[in-house]
Amino acid sequence: MSTGTTKLDVVVSDVVPVNDLVTRFHFRRRDGELLPTFSGGAHVVVEMRDGERTRLNPYSLMGSPLDTREYTISVRRDDVGRGGSLFMHRSVKPGLEMVISYPVNLFSLDLRAKKHLMLAGGIGITPFMAQTAQLAGEGGNFELHYTCRTASLGTYADVLRERYDRRVRLYHDDRDERIDLDRLLSTQPLGTHLYVCGPAGMINWVRDRAAALGWPLEAVHFEHFAAPQPGLPFDVTLAVSGKTIRVGSQQSLLEAIEAAGVDPPYLCRGGVCGQCETNVVSYDGKFVHNDHWLSEEDHRSGCKIMPCVSRFEGKSLVLER
Amino acid sequence: MGISFRKETFRDDFTFRNSPEHIRRFPFPFHEDAYMYAVNIEPHVVGPKGSVLENLIDVDEHYVAEMQDRALVLAEDPLRCQSLPHMTLAGWDLLELLMEQQALGYPEHFTLTRDGDRWRWINRPLGIDDTFTFGDTSTLPYGPMEYIIRQSQGDFCILDQRDGNLWMDAGMVTTQADWSLDFDIGMNFFEWHAPVPLAHEKGIFTRALKFLTNIQQGKPARRLNWTMTINPRLDTSPENYHKWGPDRATVTPENVGDKVHLRVELQSFWRLPRSNGIVFPIRCYLIKMDELVTQPKWARRLHRVIRDLPEELATYKGLTRYRPTLVEWLSKLDDGSPTSPGFGPD
Ligand code: FES
Repeated sequence: MSTGTTKLDVVVSDVVPVNDLVTRFHFRRRDGELLPTFSGGAHVVVEMRDGERTRLNPYSLMGSPLDTREYTISVRRDDVGRGGSLFMHRSVKPGLEMVISYPVNLFSLDLRAKKHLMLAGGIGITPFMAQTAQLAGEGGNFELHYTCRTASLGTYADVLRERYDRRVRLYHDDRDERIDLDRLLSTQPLGTHLYVCGPAGMINWVRDRAAALGWPLEAVHFEHFAAPQPGLPFDVTLAVSGKTIRVGSQQSLLEAIEAAGVDPPYLCRGGVCGQCETNVVSYDGKFVHNDHWLSEEDHRSGCKIMPCVSRFEGKSLVLER
Repeated sequence: MGISFRKETFRDDFTFRNSPEHIRRFPFPFHEDAYMYAVNIEPHVVGPKGSVLENLIDVDEHYVAEMQDRALVLAEDPLRCQSLPHMTLAGWDLLELLMEQQALGYPEHFTLTRDGDRWRWINRPLGIDDTFTFGDTSTLPYGPMEYIIRQSQGDFCILDQRDGNLWMDAGMVTTQADWSLDFDIGMNFFEWHAPVPLAHEKGIFTRALKFLTNIQQGKPARRLNWTMTINPRLDTSPENYHKWGPDRATVTPENVGDKVHLRVELQSFWRLPRSNGIVFPIRCYLIKMDELVTQPKWARRLHRVIRDLPEELATYKGLTRYRPTLVEWLSKLDDGSPTSPGFGPD
């Protein structure tokens, strides 16, 4: 089967600055038809033609799944990242024609839950925008706790408060407000599911506390926004296609493989879905595994790598691609 | 133009037949003279005109009769249709998918009009004209899943995806080859494929699960499976084994052509958009030997496939009892000449 996702031809219908860091982008279909229905928590992969380079970045859909005339995403500018968010902020203007993927959901609601308890940190709010809209439409029981650095960087906090009132709780770092996590987790009714999206530190904290307090693993869901990290350049030999390529410091291994004309599978481009898993044929050096897919044992074995987020430092690396 | 729907039965007097055009469009599953077990999954895309793949959801001349047979099965045994409470949204997803596809492929028979949430569904072959509110179960005579499957050919399993696994949490299964929804409901992928005797098969199942959990919206997949059934029975469920099991002892050299049917399942896999579930339609096609051998290529090839089928496979497919009779009968139609590659008749 072919790799990647089915594509949609869209046009940027609006670009709206939200605050100092975040900009919202609206997409409509070029042919004027409705976009595909999706479910809260889904993302699309946005293709960015940046000169010679094509970047593919995943962003959560934040509009209501009940309205598919347009898709909306919010992009937080990352001045030290690899440039995808800067490209979106600087170069994407209304009227630009772009290609995005069909929605993929790796952070879906567990519809068996009696109650949905949501914890968001910073730009991690975006999937919850769609999930709360979906649940509100169905009369679902949810409660959202949202931490942000300052009130002015509380992206969509006002919108959420207005829509859902007391079901939304805000916490501001600059006012030293912290989620009383242990209390929150130990006072939930049976059958509650927990969802967390935000920085890695927050996700780990919430998962650890939930486990310590006896939450079943299946009731804890998380989405990690792991953008590939820059690093030292390195060389890779692709055994199947017989190519040797260089991975630039701002490029991910997956992007370098794609640029060499090989079409490996992917869904999340963030180290969580497992699609891009690749066998290592041989290596001399050390892996910088950044993924959340492989087990620690896999990491230690040196037999597998997730090229969407992981890197390598050393003399030689041969992959089965 | 439109399809002319047959009046026929799949029980008692067994009047089921395929018209000559339908014989030619039968999804013959063997592309070479030997059968090799393979996962054989491919993208579910539209195929040639006049084939069962002309539309992604196929409606054929047996539609009305199959729906009548399904209603009989459900009246006798309501447990053939089950949906756990969290699967209602997936039921609406399926209703939308099937209404859209049937209306798209067969506009002369089905019409779907939407005005926001107000939908009107016209099903002319079954004489249905209903207006309802999408998402509001109280506006339909059945739950959304049951409502639409009672109007769609094939069995349907709806799988919930969570914890990296798939759970058989809803479905309607009335035309199955010897398995039971009532037994499998609520089980996960490994449980409903259990017991798995061999470790290497576990690897196959892990890969299959990985493939299925990665099925994406807008990219359905499909595979073909086959077995044989004595008499054109749609419902060969374990619950009814006492009715169809003994049929296997009734095959004689005189009645092979009329009694033995090749049963082909076209299974497809679709990601559902609102619920993020997966639906797995299993569409069953039947053809009796007398009909199949009107295509000389198929007659020759089927003879070779059944003759050379490894013993374990024949046992697994339940052919053991009548295989010698069938092979003997088919051998008379095999002149030994080569068969052309591919599935289609010559
Ligand atoms: S693309 Fe999802 S883990 Fe690499």
